[in-house]
Parts: sequence; structure tokens; C-alpha cells
Amino acid sequence: MSEAASNQAVVQAQGLDLTFQTNDGPIHALKDVNLTVDKGEFVSFIGPSGCGKTTFLRCIAALETPTGGTLTVNGMTPDEARRNRAYGYVFQAAGLYPWRTIAKNIKLPLEIMGYSAAEQDERVKNVLELVDLEGFGGKFPWQLSGGMQQRASIARALAFDADILLMDEPFGALDEIVRDHLNEQLLALWARTEKTIGFVTHSIPEAVYLSTKIVVMSPRPGRITDVIDSPLPKERPLDIRDTPEFIEVAHRVREGLRAGHTDD
Amino acid sequence: MTSAGIRAVWAVLTVVGVIILFWYAASVPMNIKGVLTEFERAGEQVDPPKAVDRRDMSEFELVFDNPYAIDETWDQDRPRLPAPHQVAEELWETTVEKKITSKRSLIYHAWVTLSATMLGFAIGTGLGILLAVGIVHSRVMDLSVMPWAIVSQTIPIIALAPMIIVVLYSIGIQGIIPKAIISAYLSFFPVVVGMVKGLRSPDAMQLDLLRTYNASRSQGFWKLRLPASMPYLFTSLKIGIAASLVGAIVGELPTGAVAGLGARLLAGSYYGQTVQIWSALFAAAILAACLVGLLGVLERLVLKRMGMSQ
Repeated sequence: MSEAASNQAVVQAQGLDLTFQTNDGPIHALKDVNLTVDKGEFVSFIGPSGCGKTTFLRCIAALETPTGGTLTVNGMTPDEARRNRAYGYVFQAAGLYPWRTIAKNIKLPLEIMGYSAAEQDERVKNVLELVDLEGFGGKFPWQLSGGMQQRASIARALAFDADILLMDEPFGALDEIVRDHLNEQLLALWARTEKTIGFVTHSIPEAVYLSTKIVVMSPRPGRITDVIDSPLPKERPLDIRDTPEFIEVAHRVREGLRAGHTDD
Repeated sequence: MTSAGIRAVWAVLTVVGVIILFWYAASVPMNIKGVLTEFERAGEQVDPPKAVDRRDMSEFELVFDNPYAIDETWDQDRPRLPAPHQVAEELWETTVEKKITSKRSLIYHAWVTLSATMLGFAIGTGLGILLAVGIVHSRVMDLSVMPWAIVSQTIPIIALAPMIIVVLYSIGIQGIIPKAIISAYLSFFPVVVGMVKGLRSPDAMQLDLLRTYNASRSQGFWKLRLPASMPYLFTSLKIGIAASLVGAIVGELPTGAVAGLGARLLAGSYYGQTVQIWSALFAAAILAACLVGLLGVLERLVLKRMGMSQ
């Protein structure tokens, strides 16, 4: 990564805390989270259920409000960043509207943000090509496979000019073959768009394969146990997963996850 | 036609056949006493010959003792339970053979009821949707309107209808409007309940997605909540239109109305014209089936157009 790019912090968290008040008492979802994400990075958040990886992503998206510490997104508060439409968010389920065609689904954020009709068509065409779904714009979601639907939902998040892409286990519900294929495509897409990506997963190979930075988290309270800067090159064919470097990083991630577990 | 289709038709015909057979069978004991009384008056041999002796006997015994009277139980002028062909004949005569302008035409009466039904249905649906939108968007309305809507449906409409008509009459409103209001009163409720559920049907993820776009509340309504509620709306409308028809008929009863299916029912019961009552009931049922069927067709068209039916 170049010097210039690494100096621009996109997400900065310092001493971030989030406690949910529930009927069974407070739940410490995030405790003292410190993290800096630089522009153009691909950051994965990995950990077992309840480690706060999704909660942290939702904090960045201003879908949750931290109860302590500071968090900035593009130098603003997360809510300001949200109102400035600083990020696109991809959920675990594609969540396409069944009454809209794929093209109309991708137009949804564009309509809301007031793009002109011509601009909408142009952008839909571009992102459909980006996620390899040319020719499917006129189809309804139920006519597409699960993997294609998830690609359409990624296209929807890419359609407007947000330079951050937040993805919450986007491929979690897909089978491994489809997932490998989408991982490859996602890397290509990241290389083309130069977006900063935050990616939640609980698959170690997925995290290591995709990321420039891997954030290992552990539960009760949700916290960061390790941050690994990946030594892997930016160009990553699928069989990089058989190289010693890859296996070493995966091993370190596994160690981090195990260390988090012995605490409880 | 596919074999499954043929099987379905057979199933339906079998059920209808069984019902008609049962109906004919039921007409015999129901009408036997009246028939035997008529025979006695005509001077024919009846067993036992005196009405006093027959009064306490079981109907089945009488049928057994006087089998020759069975034919006549299906052919009385004013039977307790008219036979299917009598009702069918009456329906035929009062629909096909009478001019629509005639006061004895069931089509004329059905039209009178239908116009009140449609007006009431329109009012009820509009009101129901408005209330549902308010309830979904305002916690105050949710807490204040919903209990009243529920209470309103616990009052028997037959008790409320005369009061609505009297109150409206005293402020100079009569004719179709009071009937429409009663039918709106019955039809708004399923629409409120269905639409509240429909407008709330988008899950947390869908709402979060709109939040990430910084969408306004009205954008959330028009782009997400309203389209998502369509399947719920149509289900409610089907219940609502049947309720509307009941409301319009009930609205015709306490006024001593001279026209409408309700008026036919009322007149029939005044003069013991059971055949007329049954044919009016069937006309109402057929009308309701047509209205619900029509909404079903509309539902399929709309949902297909929206891409929501596969």
C-alpha cells in the first residue's frame, strides 16, 4: 500500500464502548475498541457469534450508537457520514424488493438520492456489468439464484458514489463453490473501484483471502484480540490459499480466535 | 383439461350433489305435517286421519306411514323448507323472466343492495387505509384508535344499525347513505387490521437499508411499506367486501325498506314466503361470491404486474 493512501484514515475508533440494556441486564457488546481503517483497505472482522463484529460495522453505519469512546467516519460522526451517504451497506440477505426488477432494485437508492432518470440508467448499466449481471436487469429477484441476488444487492450498494462499502456476512448463506466465485469477483471489484471495504465474516479462509487487514474479535465483552496486516500480495488467485504465507496468516487468525475463547 | 383439473371438478360436483341430496331428504320430514294437513282438508285418506293425533308424532314416522305424500313435500306453495328446484325456479323467474325494472326482479333488488355495498366498501376501505397509515406512523394513534376499532366490532351490527338509521334520518340523511355507512362500519375493520400488518411487514433489515440511504419517512412509505402491504390489502379487501354486503343487507332490515335483498328477506318473512327468502339468500350468496371472485382476479392481475406472484 502506498504512503499517501495509508495516511488517510477513513474509520477511526478510540476506546469505543457499546452496552445494550436488556431485560436480562446490560450486555457489553463492544469494549474498548481501538482501530484505524485507512483509505482503500479491505478490512475483515472475524470472530464467533456475539463478538461484536456486526455491531461494530453497524456503529460505523450509524445503525447503532456507541455508549462511549469516539468514532469518526471520513472525519465526521457516523451519523453525519450516513446523512452524507458515505457508505453502501450489504446485508447478510440480499433483501431485494420482490416487486421490483433487478434494475429497479438497483435504482432504489438512486431514486431516493434524487439522481436523474438518465443518470440512473447509466449507473445501473455500469454496476450490473461490474457484478457480472449484464442482461439480468429486467428479471425479478425470484428468477435469480441466491448468489446472483447477493451480487445484485452488492450492485445496489455500489450504484451511488459511496467510497466505503460495508458488508455484513454477505456470502454467509451461500454454498462454498458460489462463495469462492464471489470472493474472487469481490477482489476484482475492489481493485477496480478502490473502495474501502469493511467485511464481516466467520470464515477464516474468506477473511485471509480477501483482506489487507484482519481484525480478530472475541465475545463477552466484544473486543479486538488481534489486528493482522496481511503480507499477501494484492493480486490473489484462488490457489494462493495453498501457499505457506496464506496458511501462516490463517494459523495466526485461528490462534487469535482460540486466545479469545480461553478467556471465558 | 388436466387429470388433476378433472378430479377437482368431480370433487366439487360430488360435494354439491351430496348437499342437494341432503337438502331434498331434509325437505321431506320438514314439510310432511303441512302436506298431510292439506291432504286432510282436500278430503283424502291420511294416516292418522286427525291433525291432533299427528301433532305429537315424529316427522319420520309420518313419512313412513304416508309415503305417497313425499312427492308433495317438494311441491308446496309455502313449505317450511323449500326444495332446491323450487328455489332454483324462483331464482330463474325473478332474474331471467322478470324485467329488470320490475319490483319483483331480483336483479333490481340485488342492484339496490350492490350500490350501497360498493359505496360502503369504498368508504370503509378508504377509511381503513387512512387509519392504518396513521396507526403505523403515530404511536399516539396506535394506542388510541386501535382499541376503539376493536370495540366497534364487538357491538352486534343488528343492534347498532337501527340507531345509525334513526340518527342519520333525524339530520335529514336517508336513502343509500345510511346503508353505505353501516356497510362501511363493517368493512373498515378488516382493512385496518390487514393494512397495519402489511405496512409493518418490512423487516428490520429492510428498514435499516433505507436508513443507510438516509431515506425520508415518506420515501419509506411509498417505496417500501405500501408496496409490501399489497398482498395483505387484497386479503383484507376480500373479507371487507363480504362484510360490506352483509352490512348493506342488515341496513335494509330495520327501515322496512321497499327495495334491496334485505327488503326481499323481510317481505318474505312477513308473508311466510320461504321460497322468496331462500332465493334472496342465494342471490346474496352468489353476489358475495362474484364480488370476492372479482377481487381475486384483480389481486392476481395487480400482483402479477408487480412481479410478486411467480
